[in-house]
Amino acid sequence: MADPTLAQDAGAHTRAATPRPRRTRSPLASVALHGTLGLAVLVALFPIVWVVLSSLKPGYAIQSSEITLFVEPSFDNYVHVLTETSFPRWFLNSAVVAAFTMVIGITMSASAGYAMSRFNFPGRRGLMWVFLVTQMFPVAILIVPIYTIMANLGLIDTKLSLIIAYCTVAVPFCAWMMRGYFDTIPKELDEAAALDGLGPFATFYRVVLPLARPGLAVTAFYTFLTAWGEVAYAIAFIQTDENLTLGAGLQQFVPRFNPQWDSLTAGAVLITVPAALVFFFAQKHLVAGLTAGGTKG
Amino acid sequence: MTLSSTPGPTPDHAQPAPSRGGRLRRSFDRHWYAWAMVLPTVVVLAVLIGFPLVQGIWQSFTDLNESNQRSEVCTKTLGGGETCKPNPDAAKFVGLDNYVDVVTGERGRFWLWFTNTVVWTFACVSFHYLLGLGLAVMLNRPMRGRGLYRVLLILPWAVPGFVAAFAWRFLFNENFGLFNSLLTTVGLDPVDWFSHRWTSLFTAITTNIWMGVPFMMVAILGGLQSINADLYEAAEMDGASAWQRFRHITLPGLRPISATVILLGTIWTFNMFPVIFFVTGGQPAGESEILVTGAFRAAFEGVRNYSLAATYGVLILSLLLVFAATYRRALRSQGEVW
Repeated sequence: MADPTLAQDAGAHTRAATPRPRRTRSPLASVALHGTLGLAVLVALFPIVWVVLSSLKPGYAIQSSEITLFVEPSFDNYVHVLTETSFPRWFLNSAVVAAFTMVIGITMSASAGYAMSRFNFPGRRGLMWVFLVTQMFPVAILIVPIYTIMANLGLIDTKLSLIIAYCTVAVPFCAWMMRGYFDTIPKELDEAAALDGLGPFATFYRVVLPLARPGLAVTAFYTFLTAWGEVAYAIAFIQTDENLTLGAGLQQFVPRFNPQWDSLTAGAVLITVPAALVFFFAQKHLVAGLTAGGTKG
Repeated sequence: MTLSSTPGPTPDHAQPAPSRGGRLRRSFDRHWYAWAMVLPTVVVLAVLIGFPLVQGIWQSFTDLNESNQRSEVCTKTLGGGETCKPNPDAAKFVGLDNYVDVVTGERGRFWLWFTNTVVWTFACVSFHYLLGLGLAVMLNRPMRGRGLYRVLLILPWAVPGFVAAFAWRFLFNENFGLFNSLLTTVGLDPVDWFSHRWTSLFTAITTNIWMGVPFMMVAILGGLQSINADLYEAAEMDGASAWQRFRHITLPGLRPISATVILLGTIWTFNMFPVIFFVTGGQPAGESEILVTGAFRAAFEGVRNYSLAATYGVLILSLLLVFAATYRRALRSQGEVW
């Protein structure tokens, strides 16, 4: 169904499709090219670098309008955040919520993605529309009814409520991504398996799923990151400090009066490091999966 | 659709239909495993999205809020038990009142937020796309350090949204933020970013552009690499200039991917919660709010007005659906198979 060139990993066939062979470029053009890209890199990096540098400064230096790169650099802010605030607790909560969301999202949606990729069953088009449309659901329309349902079930202020809420995002998204990934696995494999006498479920489970491991991993990572960075539900549902996740907790460092930017910057770095690590394993396949699903709705 | 009476394997779309029952039966025989595979997801979606969605739409026609959400009032009796009777002030059906109030500006500031949302979405998505396209075209050339540039330019994507929002709020801080420090250093007056509607929106838009360009860049880069290199060679032999090659090969070649990422980008930006919520916080006095954050504040801050928030939710969803349908139709009319 999907155009195989689009569905493939964005970096995989760089060499084959490089538009023109390497030619000599005039020195001026070369300077312009590298200059522009250098500037773009600068813009991309300076907020991150600035926050990292600030996190190493003592509080009074952060709240000074003088521009300095290093002022008595130390890890004091990190030590403070990790030992004297609830940050480790929030970190753990976020990890638990994100992990469960990820597992549920993947197990629910892998088979649906496979069915949508392989079988032309009645209802397939409608289902794909539903998946696309649910991606455009604003948080505002589901958050209130889900909140009232959770309140009736007595689940407000629990991690479970967040996991359930995040599944509304994760399940359609995972199914969509997995379908895109299954599309890149040749159909001939299924046919060969069928000839060897495997039923559709066995084909899926024993032939296609093992091949789709990279796709599963990427979808899992991405779901994890989505849950890791979610804030609206977390702020609305969680009320006590010990159940807060990072997104809702971090804002406690910067109330309107007396904000502690030293704790905030250190916390920001601590949150970003694991997310960035996970992200770099997943990013290569991410866009391919998303857009492959989208191009041929 | 072809009518085929031959037994054995037929193409999936060929539906011989002797009778309704038989057709259903045949369809089930052929497709039951596909249906079984999608069933868990469909059930979860129905429970987690379908049911709340219906309830949300219903709530938008009531006057539900924090004080009238109980359907029963229970009082403790002397014996330790409880007696419950229906709540006389329970939320009730009010028809279209919420919608009328919202659209006429009776309650909330729909049109202000709507204008903000349109400006915000348009500015963000166009900058995302144009900057992403420019960077992708540059990165697609053979050159030294390409891989390094690519990794560094993707970095903003790796930062969780709310962290990026806090980082930029820190940079735009009126007293000691980097931008005001720089302005003072070069002899200009610092700007009170968050005390005017448009400067406040500017900070949020800047933040979101910074966050969103990497996705566009990587997506378009993937699209560029799927364009057949022979086209460029042939064009070059025919003497096409670099601009002509870009205009007549690159842009048409990117159309399918562009259509997708612009639609996705618009939806995501329209619903982008953390940036506005944390960067501007609606300052000054709610003037830089977009619809999604405005609805959230209606529902969860001050006196919680659930029905008003649900009304906003329905309006936002309708706007997006109309947009998506129009967009799809526009693409279709230009001959795009999408």
